Amino acid sequence: MNQPTIQPTNQPTNPKIRIEHVSYTYDDKTVLRDVTLAVPAHAVTVFLGPAGSGKSTLLRLINRLNDVLDHTRLDGRIFLDDQDIYARGVAVSDLRRRVGMVFALPLPLPGTIRENILYGPRLAGLRDRGRQEEIVVRCLTQAALWDEVKDRLDSPAVSMSGGQQQRLCIARSLALEPEVLLLDEPTSGLDPISTSKVEESLFELKQQYTIIIVPHSVQQAARVADHAAFFLTGELVEYRPGRELFTAPRDRRTEDYITGRFG
Amino acid sequence: MNTSSRIRLSEFAVEALVRVAGFSTIGFVLLIFLFLLREGIPVFLQVPLDNLFGTRWYPTFDFFGTLPLILGSLLITFSAIVIALPLGVAAAVFVREVAPNWAREILKPMIEVLAGIPSVVLGFFGMSLVAPLIRTTLGVPTGLTAFTGALILAYMALPTLISVAEDALDSVPKSYRDASLAMGATQWQTIWRVVVPAARSGILTAVMLGMGRAIGETMAVMMVTGNAARMPTTLDSLFRPVRTMTATVAAEMGEVAQGSTHYHALFGIGIILFLITFLINLAAASAIFQKRRRGGLR
Ligand SMILES: Nc1ncnc2c1ncn2[C@@H]1O[C@H](COP(=O)(O)OP(=O)(O)O)[C@@H](O)[C@H]1O
Ligand SMILES: [Mg+2]
Repeated sequence: MNQPTIQPTNQPTNPKIRIEHVSYTYDDKTVLRDVTLAVPAHAVTVFLGPAGSGKSTLLRLINRLNDVLDHTRLDGRIFLDDQDIYARGVAVSDLRRRVGMVFALPLPLPGTIRENILYGPRLAGLRDRGRQEEIVVRCLTQAALWDEVKDRLDSPAVSMSGGQQQRLCIARSLALEPEVLLLDEPTSGLDPISTSKVEESLFELKQQYTIIIVPHSVQQAARVADHAAFFLTGELVEYRPGRELFTAPRDRRTEDYITGRFG
Repeated sequence: MNTSSRIRLSEFAVEALVRVAGFSTIGFVLLIFLFLLREGIPVFLQVPLDNLFGTRWYPTFDFFGTLPLILGSLLITFSAIVIALPLGVAAAVFVREVAPNWAREILKPMIEVLAGIPSVVLGFFGMSLVAPLIRTTLGVPTGLTAFTGALILAYMALPTLISVAEDALDSVPKSYRDASLAMGATQWQTIWRVVVPAARSGILTAVMLGMGRAIGETMAVMMVTGNAARMPTTLDSLFRPVRTMTATVAAEMGEVAQGSTHYHALFGIGIILFLITFLINLAAASAIFQKRRRGGLR
């Protein structure tokens, strides 16, 4: 059953993240099976697949969010810039500052818009007012939100619309100047207009960041992907440049999925 | 009689029963309230207000100043909350966020048991252990002080405070924790800056419930506070004896002549106590209500 994964022909020479033979188990349930892939820098890589195929789990492993769970088992290794992130002595907080994450549900933290943006930098010890102001402007601009909220930075974050809240969450992750941005179905709760705003901001962001996104539809995946990985029940089925995978899938299962025959 | 009409009849009977039970509860509450008013109102008519809210409570000499009693109750209630709040929140955080599963399984029922300790037992514990300890360590003339009462009350308020605060922490969605952790926050930073603030309306409810319980508490307080009806207005009042509203009613009701001014005065204290408790509950309810309306956090 373990067909060899079809790897991208243009294997990036200098990958940002390398996932090597990763298997993962919750309790007794194996949700990732021997996954190996390399994520290129400054590009958008999509993790595609039906619900339950382990995409979120893999994202959470990349910034070690699953560390708090009991009864789990991780095999294999994950490298960020050739550094094994699960190696002894890696400071998890530092890793998470380098690898930002945005979740499916927009989740403003308690407090104002400004406080949300500055949550991470303040934790990291930033006190300087001028620098804080710079960060707020930069991040909100990058997340295509500045024009909409510049006059009410001190109003509660929960007073924004859902689409704005989600862009705030993206802005909040950018505040730490991460190198990698993980987005787990970031537009699943958004209307089409907010969705396209978020997608547009991805094009801007990839100049500077390495982006992995779990899209909420195949269409979205096709729109944003530079590289696409197709997962099925914990296996990486096919991983190639986005245009190739969506126009000429090599694996039958990939084809069935992207043409909507299952999942 | 066929089955369907029998079902309809039993349906009707059950509904009637439930309705009677419901309305009679409301009826009893109203009756108690009316009784309290009937027995208490006369004192507000018979005794001039400057006497009634004066600083001296000597019913035998017609001094019915309730101020020392009100202040006494407030002093130990607020002190108790000041002691119990940090302890309770810390305990709730420990039980909910930090303790490993097996410890939580042991701690939770133990906290429930704490809530069930009769107040007379706590009073006894306060009298025979806490009071002597306070007398010797602080070098005060008697260990039966407002502070002793506050300690015991804090202890009594803790179980409720912990359970309610813990529920509030529990209802903070897990995704908040993820969001904070994902930004490089440590577990502690996440707890203090995200989880506890997100749960603050629930924690406020816990405090109000604890206060409601503390201000109405009688037996333990009567046993450990010394019951001297002095104005707690000096700086050292916390470490001197005080007397509360509840202790006064409990201690004097047995000896008072029914229908006398003193008798009505004790019911008057009951009315004041009722009003204070009502206001506290109202404050708690409106705080929660505002939170809801602002569409904020759960
Ligand atoms: N915390 C968890 N505990 C146990 N099982 C989990 C947990 N999170 C996810 N799973 C299981 O792992 C499988 C993969 O889930 P997930 O990674 O969320 O997939 P996807 O994001 O592709 O839908 C699912 O079957 C899910 O039920
Ligand atoms: Mg998912």
